[in-house]
Amino acid sequence: MNNVYYGKLIFELSREGRHGYSLPKNEMSDYRMDFLPSALLRSEAPALPEVDEMTVVRHYTNMSNNNFGVDTGFYPLGSCTMKYNPKINEDMAAHPSFCNLHPLQDVNTVQGALEVYYKLQESLAELAGMKEFTLNPFAGAHGELTGLMVMRSYHMSRGDEKRTKVIVPDSAHGTNPASAAVCGLDVVVVKSRPDGTVDVDDLRPLLDDTIAGMMMTNPNTLGIFEHSIAEIAKLVHECGGLMYYDGANLNPMLGKVRPGDIGFDIMHINLHKTFSTPHGGGGPGSGPVGVRAGLEQFLPNPHVVRKDLDEDTYRYDVEFGDNSLGSISGFLGNFAVMMRAYTYILTLGHENVKNVGPLATLNANYIKESLKDVYELPIGGVCKHEFVFDGLKDKSTGVTTLDVAKRLLDYGFHAPTIYFPLLFHEALMVEPCETESKETLDAFIAVMRKIAEEAKTDPEMVKSAPHHTPVRRLDDTLAALKPVVTYAELSSMEN
Amino acid sequence: MSKIIEGLFYSESHEYVRVEGDFGYVGITDHAQHELGNVVYVDMPEVDDEVVAGEEFGAVESTKAASDLFSPVSGTVVEVNEALEDEPGLINKDAFENWIMKVELSDKGELDNLMDANGYKAMIGE
Amino acid sequence: MNFKFFPHTEEDVRAMLNTCGERSLDDLYKDVPEELVLKREYALPDAMSEMDIRRYFEELGTFNVPLTCFVGAGCYDHYSPSVVNDMMRRSEFLTSYTPYQAEISQGTLQYIFEYQSMMTQLTGMEVSNASMYDGCTATAEAMMMAVSNAKKRNKVLISDTVNPIIIRVVETYAKFHGIVVEHIKEENGVTCRADFEEKVAKDDVAGVIVATPNFYGILEDYTGWADLCHEHKTLLIMNCVASALSVIKTPAEWGADIAVGDGQSLGIPMNFGGPYVGFLCTSKKLIRKMPGRIVGATVDADGKRTFVLTLQAREQHIRREKATSNICSNESLMALYVTIYLSLMGKQGLREVNELGYSGAHYLAEKLVETGKFELAYPDQPFLNEFVVKTDLNIDELQNWCVDENIQAGLKLDDHRLLLCVTEMRSKNEIDALIESVEDFINSNEEEA
Repeated sequence: MNNVYYGKLIFELSREGRHGYSLPKNEMSDYRMDFLPSALLRSEAPALPEVDEMTVVRHYTNMSNNNFGVDTGFYPLGSCTMKYNPKINEDMAAHPSFCNLHPLQDVNTVQGALEVYYKLQESLAELAGMKEFTLNPFAGAHGELTGLMVMRSYHMSRGDEKRTKVIVPDSAHGTNPASAAVCGLDVVVVKSRPDGTVDVDDLRPLLDDTIAGMMMTNPNTLGIFEHSIAEIAKLVHECGGLMYYDGANLNPMLGKVRPGDIGFDIMHINLHKTFSTPHGGGGPGSGPVGVRAGLEQFLPNPHVVRKDLDEDTYRYDVEFGDNSLGSISGFLGNFAVMMRAYTYILTLGHENVKNVGPLATLNANYIKESLKDVYELPIGGVCKHEFVFDGLKDKSTGVTTLDVAKRLLDYGFHAPTIYFPLLFHEALMVEPCETESKETLDAFIAVMRKIAEEAKTDPEMVKSAPHHTPVRRLDDTLAALKPVVTYAELSSMEN
Repeated sequence: MSKIIEGLFYSESHEYVRVEGDFGYVGITDHAQHELGNVVYVDMPEVDDEVVAGEEFGAVESTKAASDLFSPVSGTVVEVNEALEDEPGLINKDAFENWIMKVELSDKGELDNLMDANGYKAMIGE
Repeated sequence: MNFKFFPHTEEDVRAMLNTCGERSLDDLYKDVPEELVLKREYALPDAMSEMDIRRYFEELGTFNVPLTCFVGAGCYDHYSPSVVNDMMRRSEFLTSYTPYQAEISQGTLQYIFEYQSMMTQLTGMEVSNASMYDGCTATAEAMMMAVSNAKKRNKVLISDTVNPIIIRVVETYAKFHGIVVEHIKEENGVTCRADFEEKVAKDDVAGVIVATPNFYGILEDYTGWADLCHEHKTLLIMNCVASALSVIKTPAEWGADIAVGDGQSLGIPMNFGGPYVGFLCTSKKLIRKMPGRIVGATVDADGKRTFVLTLQAREQHIRREKATSNICSNESLMALYVTIYLSLMGKQGLREVNELGYSGAHYLAEKLVETGKFELAYPDQPFLNEFVVKTDLNIDELQNWCVDENIQAGLKLDDHRLLLCVTEMRSKNEIDALIESVEDFINSNEEEA
């Protein structure tokens, strides 16, 4: 790491007269932009950096060194499924026969791309037990929104206008209620039982003819399988609502349970979680939405259809359906992400996909059992792909979950998800994916035990962690109090 | 243990109102600022806005949470505490001193629906 | 169990199960009611080796025909320098999560800060978020932001000169969110001012959405629009083509309150529709109403300049149903794409890119008119690198003819109008080849007649 010299912003490396591009000579220069009325042109060029090519390369290479990725080390971030992102996926996503296609190119000239779309949606339908998927949604939250739009479209198509509420468990991720609100639905919260699963007795009185449906993850955000799912689905269906499956926790289900087989009508999948596409520092993701038979017509436009011309030949087409909820994307979604996910499914094949869930579950249980004597485990028993500790068992020295998380960074591990779910004060949520070896898990367990020990012997050191990262703990309050969000602002303050 | 002042009226959503004549000074309680942590922003109403008891009139934001403000009383906003625009952290320093809005009360009878210091103390379990 | 992405040996599995007090992997699912468990193999293909995979996509790729692209309409064929593509694959960027742990995410946080700085330079606005999905959803988010800002208004106006693909998405969001969308009609390729004035004067409009350049490639004159909007307590939302912003009058200069659009034109491959990157910029005054993540500068415990996600209390993971938006994942990596692209191009390079597009488009327009079969649909309207021609030729047949010559000859708008686009990627030779195909088509038509 060369952070001392390369700690600057790209703007601070700019010198007038330098540039980092080469463009072809203008062969049609008789047509000049200054013919445009000046009233329609900007008065001043944007203050973009002026730097040479190598400066750009060094700048971003050194910046990347201040980052931690799955390729850097163990990333036990709960509910995020940080599994290995295979390299072949990247090669295929960048394949020139696919990545240079314009989305509005003549449909006969993009049959290969449409086949990828169609076959991926077919594969997901098989894996999830659904009838059909749209791959248009750009991310998990976008999938939730799309799925809820399907839900509302279904009710509206039956003239059932009064169903404006959606039930969300109190343990749910914040995107569930936020997506419901964007979709114009009111949120009704159902409580959890002490074991973290949905309280069916609390659910019953909420069910009436104003309920559009219910959103659930399964396993839930505590990594616990909702064992009453069949009863819950039956109750919600009896009151006329639909069941929505949030695919955030789909990974442990692979090989074992299909959402479509256990009562769910609509669902989304995060390709950037379960299907190994890289998270990219926060995106791009892809959030395909699947529906059971009978709801296909409501999926968003455009969609890809296969038309069988005769027994052996078929062609794909892009269509707009009349009953569709509308459009939630300009084109057919994040196609390059689909290329990666489809490559992953082909690489695994049916014989390996089925082991993803059990191995992820094994890894989680192994860590849980190895640490529960020093970290507070509020809900015991077998978990699925993840579990939640409620901080250290011994909280007497005042070392918090945040401190433990920061100290982990010193030891070269990414921190687990912290302070979520909101059911516990000191939540520490661990998800070790199936791609992690026993040696890695053992190393993590050893460090977690060591931190628990340090919390007793040297609590101040833990509270001021991290000590060995590129930067130390940051002042969040200063950032929020006086937001400085551009270089222009920053440089005017520094001068 | 958070501070609770006698003689104020308290709501279940942790707002207080201090009544002076026909006017009420509304803010959040010391307990609420504790729970929120460092306040970084207060979304305040505008002067002349009508507020209704039990309805939203703004929000307080900290680095880790954001919470809507519900007016404990109905009436017209006659003043907002502009000092909070530049220094929202004043709420952390003294939540009772640093009220958020001053309301001309339209129905003093509504005060009967609020808790007194003891009632509030019992509610927050202190 | 033996597979390249699973490190577990049989011995590992045994030892780990032992620690868990379980006898088999199936036992780990004993909490799942038996009747819910899948009891068959997935109907999926057998596992493929890397070589098989390469062969598979190679073959499938032959069903895609590379065409010389003369279509834009929201996605533009620009060149992306080798540096960008190379840096994108640095796995420290690629395989990281959202930068919640700032101490080990300064790489991501810093490039997002640079991205925000660059987008505010391009749009002229004061603040930018860390990215949105695409230009369509960014526009829909801006609409919801305007409605939430207005509190008691739920109507927005959208110009008919905005890309219909964007309008489709905006209307879908509006339908479910309870927003009424009214159209401002088009007149001679631009937004009808009288219609706008009449509709905004009703004092019930939360936001007005217009485009620059508009769907037809035209640079509209929005003088006075912002003032009128503000007079009626309405926000002006401007959808823009990012690359063009380096030369055309900026949303800030027009007085807009929110600038949105797609950043794809800043060197992101066309990718058959995605991923791209939506941008949303606004004024400092509206920063807390802005959806999505924001990176801000701060200091660490040693007083060193650092960057961190800030104003998170607006977001879904804290604010739940009261959040400014439900967006969580964004298009961070594509924001890196844009940032590196703009670092290389700088202020001069981006101008040259636009100059090349302008020259090519105007050359093509003139040559098409010279064939005698085309005229500019809006001859008195200025355009940059995208334009509409009118023709009596059969557009479907013309386009099919060109496809046979491996050329995508624009986008058909209706039976008589064709939208064409030229970027710096189109050489004079390629434009001449398009003209030649068009002339051949005309000649073959005349021979038949």
